[in-house]
Amino acid sequence: MRAGRDSGYAQPVHELSLCGSIAQIVGRHAAGRPVSVINVRIGQLRQVVPDTLVYCWELVSEGTSLTGSRICVEAVPARMRCRACRHEAEVGDLPVFACRACGSIDGEVIAGEEFLVTSLELADSAVTGETTEGAGA
Amino acid sequence: MGRFHRHDDGTEHSHGPGDHSGYETGRERVEVLERIFDENDKIAAANREKFAASGVCAVNLMSSPGAGKTTLLRETLRRMAGPVRIGIIEGDIETSLDADRLAGFGAEIALINTGNGFGGECHLDAPMVGSALPRLGLADLDLVLIENVGNLVCPAEFDVGEHARAMVYAITEGEEKPLKYPVMFRSCDLVVINKVDLLPYLGFDMDGFLANLRAVNPAAAVIQVSARTGDGVDAWCDWLRARLADAAVLQSPLPSPG
Repeated sequence: MRAGRDSGYAQPVHELSLCGSIAQIVGRHAAGRPVSVINVRIGQLRQVVPDTLVYCWELVSEGTSLTGSRICVEAVPARMRCRACRHEAEVGDLPVFACRACGSIDGEVIAGEEFLVTSLELADSAVTGETTEGAGA
Repeated sequence: MGRFHRHDDGTEHSHGPGDHSGYETGRERVEVLERIFDENDKIAAANREKFAASGVCAVNLMSSPGAGKTTLLRETLRRMAGPVRIGIIEGDIETSLDADRLAGFGAEIALINTGNGFGGECHLDAPMVGSALPRLGLADLDLVLIENVGNLVCPAEFDVGEHARAMVYAITEGEEKPLKYPVMFRSCDLVVINKVDLLPYLGFDMDGFLANLRAVNPAAAVIQVSARTGDGVDAWCDWLRARLADAAVLQSPLPSPG
């Protein structure tokens, strides 16, 4: 790993360590094949900043077999379902989790907490042959 | 399964229409669908089992920097250490300053400096807490208090194997904080409102804060304290004792029939 701390005042961000976890998952599934795109699904209630994740991925992947791969983020809005009246609604930008139809505070989050690697896109495997061959792009 | 597109690792590949033509020639997709917190959560579950095996209740204490976690812990040790055997896991980015402030009260303390991580970590995760457990000697403890790194964002995302989550919020932080950091406020079983001795000087809108808190976490318990004067700290200690009792119920073996 490369030194990632530029200065004393830089706020550490958990996106860096999350990229470490992503690299492990990608490495296991890629099994040595070159990867071009890592598709990641992030719910709104996850405090993961997509741009920061993309930037941190450049830091973490550089100098590894995943150099040059990029993260593509699919954002999922948060949705609540009221247990009292079954009303469903997006949470929206203002984080109010009470039901907007009946006012009940007994609701459940039905979307927005996702944080997963959904798929990988491999780099040009048909061009380079059936299996991995050469370093790829 | 995946008869025509199976590779050595057994993954399947779905090719969408058009994948085999144009600029996307040869791009193959590998389905993954793996949760990024899986590894952390597995180790958190292992930590939880270790706590349970030793009859220990663990509480994860979070806050922004300067909200008063360490002062509250000092007052907690002053009141509870001894009759309750307490261990503290102290997360700090660079220093042992907080751990030093907690020395001398009869608690076991394990310091985790998170600054060694790549870029410096802004939170404790399950592997870090797991690595501190052997240093605490769980067999001789009843309660482990985990003082997380001061930060209102990252610690909320990481399960470390705790039984309950509490956060310390200081009234100097402003009434709007639950709306700005809803994930942290939603993740807590208890919000300790600290520095209430400053209420006469701040024009703090307690009702407004509580309304904001209820909007994001209707179920959270609330205790008002001043860790500095000691006001309300006994109520917090009672909350901890109730968590100890909960954990004891969970961990006691089922009565054997006959």
